[in-house]
Amino acid sequence: MTEVDARGLSCPQPVLLLQEALKKNAEGVKLLVDDFAPIENCSRFAENHGYKVSRKDESEWTVLEISK
Amino acid sequence: MKKDSMKLILAGLLIGVGAIALMLAGNPGNMGLCIACFLRDTAGAIKLHSAPVVQYLRPEIIGFILGSFLLSLGTHEFKARGGSSPMLRFAMGFMVMIGALVFLGCPMRMVLRMAGGDLNAWIGLIGFVLGVVTGVYFLKKGFSLKRSYVQKPVDGMAMPLIQVLMLVLFLAVPALFMFSEKGPGSMHAPVAISLCVALIAGALAQRTRICQAGAIRDLVMFKDPTLLWGSVAVFVAALVMNLAFNKFNLGMAEQPIAHTEILWNILGLYVVGFGSTLLGGCPMRQLILTGTGNSDSALTVLGMIVGAAFCHNFGLASSGKGTTPNGRIACIACIVILFIIGFMNSRNEASAK
Repeated sequence: MTEVDARGLSCPQPVLLLQEALKKNAEGVKLLVDDFAPIENCSRFAENHGYKVSRKDESEWTVLEISK
Repeated sequence: MKKDSMKLILAGLLIGVGAIALMLAGNPGNMGLCIACFLRDTAGAIKLHSAPVVQYLRPEIIGFILGSFLLSLGTHEFKARGGSSPMLRFAMGFMVMIGALVFLGCPMRMVLRMAGGDLNAWIGLIGFVLGVVTGVYFLKKGFSLKRSYVQKPVDGMAMPLIQVLMLVLFLAVPALFMFSEKGPGSMHAPVAISLCVALIAGALAQRTRICQAGAIRDLVMFKDPTLLWGSVAVFVAALVMNLAFNKFNLGMAEQPIAHTEILWNILGLYVVGFGSTLLGGCPMRQLILTGTGNSDSALTVLGMIVGAAFCHNFGLASSGKGTTPNGRIACIACIVILFIIGFMNSRNEASAK
């Protein structure tokens, strides 16, 4: 699964990166984020576009697995 | 309707009611809450400018930052971070303040003025939307202020702790500060009410990420109206309160702390919308992010405070009588500089990675 690193980027950039990545990889991507607003905004974007989101919290960041 | 939208509507309604309550308790007309105006008054109170009518240490600013700070500590969302183009953020905060003081209000006050029947704010909304759309154009071209990094907790706590210090000094040694005897700076709600409303509003804003610039940005970029519900709710609550308390006055002339210059109401808010979109949030959102430990936003707030001081020291700020020649020149200069910053930081010039 393609991995997109959006750590340290402020909104709406993580959502834009996710949008771009999903255009190229429609089956899903793995997104690395490290702040609460991007976690919520990216999850909402993915769910609004028919994707499922599973969240795994690491010590310093969060991995969102976005898949059909 | 989705849960996020419901939370934003509830928060927006409460913030709208709180804003009008503050106005009824003594804050200036259609200015129950205005982040730009209140940062400007605070800059006057700490003697960064000497405009005698706009000096008061607004407890609302302290409350917004501390409300967000306390809630983010409680929910473990507090995270000290910074280092994402700090100087550009300072400069853009400075310019957003110039735009706000040419129009006479931040996006929050724009909504409150619209709810008070001030048609100048409805005209200004055109500029705000166009400004956000211009910002979105650059975001789509890959505009980035680069990554921020985790910092020591004390870095993120500095600005909230400074607010605590300011509050203690304000209550214990008020003679340290300048207070207007007439004009908008002399009009204020009792300190306890201002502080309580802002603490609650700050916590609500932190929880829901409410943001006027983000509202239009998300609608234009992602066709996502979630954030917009928050601003609509502020408007509806303020409108109902204004009608109930006989504060609604439809028209352009004779509006409280407002001017009727159509072009400059549009261009002032154009700068605010454009700058706020490049910064990732409107002035209120910058206060809220400051409370969560974001020192990039803290620097943006400092940029706004210094910008406000410059506006009054160099005659850039408008008044009820209208704009100033210096303010008009500065507003145009800000638009040009924001375009330059937009182009220089877009993907062709600088990768987001």
